Amino acid sequence: MSALLAIVRRDLLLAMRRKSEMLTALFFFIIVVSLFPLGIGPEPVLLRKIAPGVLWVAALLATMLSLNRLFAADHADGTLEQLALSPTPLGLLVTGKIAAHWLTSGLPLVLLAPVLGVQFDLDASALGILVGALLLGTPLLSLIGAIGAALTLGVRGGGVLLSLLVLPLYVPALIFGAGAVEAHISGLGASGHLSLLAALLALAVFFAPWATTAALRVAME
Amino acid sequence: MSNRLINWFKFASPQSFYPLAGKMIPWFWALTAVFGIAGLWLSFFVAPTDAVQGEGYRIIFIHVPASWMSMFIYLVMAAWAGLGLALNTRLSGMMAQALAPTGALMAFLSLWTGALWGKPMWGAWWVWDARLTSELILFFLYIGFIALQAAIDDPRRADKAGAILALVGVVNIPIIYFSVKWWNTLHQGASVSLTKSPSMAQTMLWGMLLMALAFWMYSIAVALMRVRAIILERETHTEWVKELEAVKR
Repeated sequence: MSALLAIVRRDLLLAMRRKSEMLTALFFFIIVVSLFPLGIGPEPVLLRKIAPGVLWVAALLATMLSLNRLFAADHADGTLEQLALSPTPLGLLVTGKIAAHWLTSGLPLVLLAPVLGVQFDLDASALGILVGALLLGTPLLSLIGAIGAALTLGVRGGGVLLSLLVLPLYVPALIFGAGAVEAHISGLGASGHLSLLAALLALAVFFAPWATTAALRVAME
Repeated sequence: MSNRLINWFKFASPQSFYPLAGKMIPWFWALTAVFGIAGLWLSFFVAPTDAVQGEGYRIIFIHVPASWMSMFIYLVMAAWAGLGLALNTRLSGMMAQALAPTGALMAFLSLWTGALWGKPMWGAWWVWDARLTSELILFFLYIGFIALQAAIDDPRRADKAGAILALVGVVNIPIIYFSVKWWNTLHQGASVSLTKSPSMAQTMLWGMLLMALAFWMYSIAVALMRVRAIILERETHTEWVKELEAVKR
């Protein structure tokens, strides 16, 4: 457990020392979301309808941007091999790295989303559901993305390949995440979607670090 | 018992599988031809014209087998991949790699024929139906698998990375299918329903089954041919490949 916390703390520290990387992904998120009203038009009814989908798609893309750096630096300087050799199970350390990735890339998106939602004329209760759905969904994005990041580690054209591998797997998160807000707006209630999202998260917390560890071991052979 | 085990593992080595595959290929092509001709004859000349859809429905004889095969091949591919990870056999990875392009082709065919069928029947090339959408995502999964294998130079690493991806994909396919299905029912009224199956004439069903068998045999034949090419490519440095008649020439 202390090893887990140590690795989370280390990755957070590293992220804080290189703030620009984190902020780039964050501003990417803001810009992508702001482009949609410019492209589609400012009618509030239309914006309110597309808001959940736009915010979620932008969150997927912003997560993709930051996934590359999840293992790449550690792989380049040999830290990853040391982690694999350490007496602590690699799966636990990988879980720590994924948690740190979520704290630096997912959580800021969750915190920013209500501000951007206001631009799309969402009301307070819809914003609450949006934050809740993102809070459940963004860790899922980090967990699934970590598998892709580990598989494409040190591979030619890794960045583009990563999005090709991971984006189809993000479809359920997108559907339930955006669906929760939409169901709430249309009066159906969001609890069903949120429960499914939580179920997916529980599954991913269990399986994703395991698959990521297997992929990392393949990459380090 | 032990004797049988040894026999199975004998063909796990590329060297002994190569000639075996060579012997099996003509048989599977012959079966493809037999089932294909019978299926096409049944579906074009024997099966009655559909009361509602006219002659246009006949594309079902290509469309449905292609969709079935696209899903089935992914399962087989994932099974080979899992076997390769568990037993560390080289041939399993090669089989998975050989199956992927055929699977992608089947998924593409199913989408393509679906569009051709959809235009006259629903008046649209594409509807965001649950089955169409999940077939599209399956196609993306195949492309991702092929791209990942192509991007890694070391074949053993490519096999293992691809195997992990295929297994992750196979766990996700039911999740994706159901999420798309529920998304679809939330969004779209019952304007288009693919799920209600009209009671099919017996001959239509037979035609479809024969075509599915033809597609199946074709997939095996092509996968075996591809796996032979992959074996030659990866084993060029070995003695037995240099000894082959076809290579010497």
